[in-house]
Amino acid sequence: MMRRQLVGYFWVGLVSMLSLLAAPSAVLASGGAAVPFEFTPNQGNEASLQRGAKLFMNYCSGCHTLQYMRYQRISEDLNIPTEKMEKNLMFTRGIIHDQITGTMPEKSADWFGTMPPDLTLVARWHPNGADWLYSFLLSFYLDDKTGTGVNNLVMENTAMPHVLWPLQGYQKLPESDGDHGEEAGGHGAAKPEFEIVQAGSMDEQEYRRAVGDIVNFLVYVGEPAKMVRYSLGKKVIAFLLLFTLLAWLLKREYWRDVH
Amino acid sequence: MGSKFMAWIDDRFPATQLWKEHISEYYAPKNFNFWYFFGSLALFVLVNQLLTGIWLAMFFKPSAAEAFSSVEYIMRDVEWGWLIRYMHSTGASLFFIVVYLHMFRALLYGSYRQPRELLWIFGCLIYLVLMAEAFLGYVLPWGNMSYWGAQVIISLFGAIPGIGETLTTWIKGDFILADATLNRFFALHVVALPFVLVGLVIAHIMALHHVGSNNPDGIEIKKLKGEDGIPKDGIPFHPYYTVKDIFGTGVFLILFAAIVFFAPTFGGYFLEAPNFTPASQVVTPEHIVPVWYFTPFYAMLRAVPDKLGGVIIMGSAVLIMFVLPWLDRSAVKSVRYKGWIFKTALGIFAVSFVFLGYLGTQPPGEWRTIAARVGTIAYFLFFLLMPVYSKLDKTKPVPERVTE
Repeated sequence: MMRRQLVGYFWVGLVSMLSLLAAPSAVLASGGAAVPFEFTPNQGNEASLQRGAKLFMNYCSGCHTLQYMRYQRISEDLNIPTEKMEKNLMFTRGIIHDQITGTMPEKSADWFGTMPPDLTLVARWHPNGADWLYSFLLSFYLDDKTGTGVNNLVMENTAMPHVLWPLQGYQKLPESDGDHGEEAGGHGAAKPEFEIVQAGSMDEQEYRRAVGDIVNFLVYVGEPAKMVRYSLGKKVIAFLLLFTLLAWLLKREYWRDVH
Repeated sequence: MGSKFMAWIDDRFPATQLWKEHISEYYAPKNFNFWYFFGSLALFVLVNQLLTGIWLAMFFKPSAAEAFSSVEYIMRDVEWGWLIRYMHSTGASLFFIVVYLHMFRALLYGSYRQPRELLWIFGCLIYLVLMAEAFLGYVLPWGNMSYWGAQVIISLFGAIPGIGETLTTWIKGDFILADATLNRFFALHVVALPFVLVGLVIAHIMALHHVGSNNPDGIEIKKLKGEDGIPKDGIPFHPYYTVKDIFGTGVFLILFAAIVFFAPTFGGYFLEAPNFTPASQVVTPEHIVPVWYFTPFYAMLRAVPDKLGGVIIMGSAVLIMFVLPWLDRSAVKSVRYKGWIFKTALGIFAVSFVFLGYLGTQPPGEWRTIAARVGTIAYFLFFLLMPVYSKLDKTKPVPERVTE
């Protein structure tokens, strides 16, 4: 009986320890600037990843590098034929085995006040990377007080211009909303009500899908191993369950003469 | 043929003798319970760390300019590199989980008491070296949390009066935390400390096999031997505990694989988000906190307003474990036969340690500083008052033979 009790204590202890660990992650996540929108990436959606790659190469790669990622890896993982990749998605002079280093000269730091960061790991260095990126790309609004003419709710006074404006158009914050919604933080930020001032080529739904595709792609780029991790994990655990069952039967057989 | 070959070997090297002494004729109590899995699991994780570590070292570049990108290279371009890296990083955290449970087992059943004082001390030394090893390894990927975490921990040495400043420069090998520091941390992490660790583990096992294993009843099985000279309550380690430990390892591996494949960052506790940006001298992470296994001690450090005082408290928290065998004055070893006072004390101690661990992950302030002080006091009182309460505590009679 003692033994069962102790095992019970152990599990209670372990579960309470793990729940203690889980609790603060929610606190940390809301610790930074408000992240108004949520996005759940889906690494199984190959079409979305391909669209994301295309959007990234067309709209982002002019300034941002993916210095730890190779063109070829993307081509293999996302099933983009080499030829297509080279023709439509590579805008540098490099070869397909190269890493995606940029075209921006060092002095570009002077143009924006800062060097555009490398984005290979952008989805991993924010505690909720996908939500953050998704919200960031949806939250540019007109603001004539900044050099770029736009500001961002998620990252105030960002040096980044609204690169995706041809798709989304320009939006503004309604007057009543005050300067910015950051005070709205606390328990999940209130969704800001933007107003489109100048239309882009996409409507809101299309634009949200496009942003989702980019985020999906960047989550993939953050950890390409994720593509195999889950499926391999299931097989490994299935094997281990079988192994452990056999080990238990073996143990029971040997221990017959002890009890 | 086979026996002739073994005889040839045995004339020149005590292979059969070693096998018998440590495996096939090492008699362990037959009543080991669940808590006795963690010793063999710790050994298993150690081997995992050594093997995955060797493979990581084949691709890792110990220089400030290349360390971060070489880790990403391992994660992307090295065949199975991501798996080896996650096994190493997950192994580090699970090492501490296993070791903490192993140590708690010793507290439950009085495994530190006479004649196992040295066994316990070797164990404490292993824990101490393990902390140093984990810290050094944590710095190597040269992420921003690595960098600032190292900054904080090294600065603690600066609190030592007189020599502090010089000492931190000596540790860093530079006036700032830089390439020289990373390079020497690599040398210590992959060569020096693993040697010490393995040596201490061997000493720990030799001491164990010399005095014999304790058990959940805290009975010395060697006191009651049969006519054949074998303890009546003992069974040979092999095959009984080898098959049992294989089963335990299987269960552990399922948990291990679940983390490695499905949650390698473990919600930012095993691999923290800020560590996915390279070390920067100008940008600090929002909250600088050590990895979870150091947070109980980190909470104690912050609970003391004075820096030197905090360092002394933190250091004492680890060092006080060494004298535990001489603090326990109870008539019995195992918690099973101890009274309510010890059980309460142990309960409070365990809760404070876990709670301090939680507080260490949180930003300080508000009620948390007060709570950390209360936790720190509870932690120390468990040890300091033990000579008194363990003697006052009413114990139950211990049976002749092991139960179950």
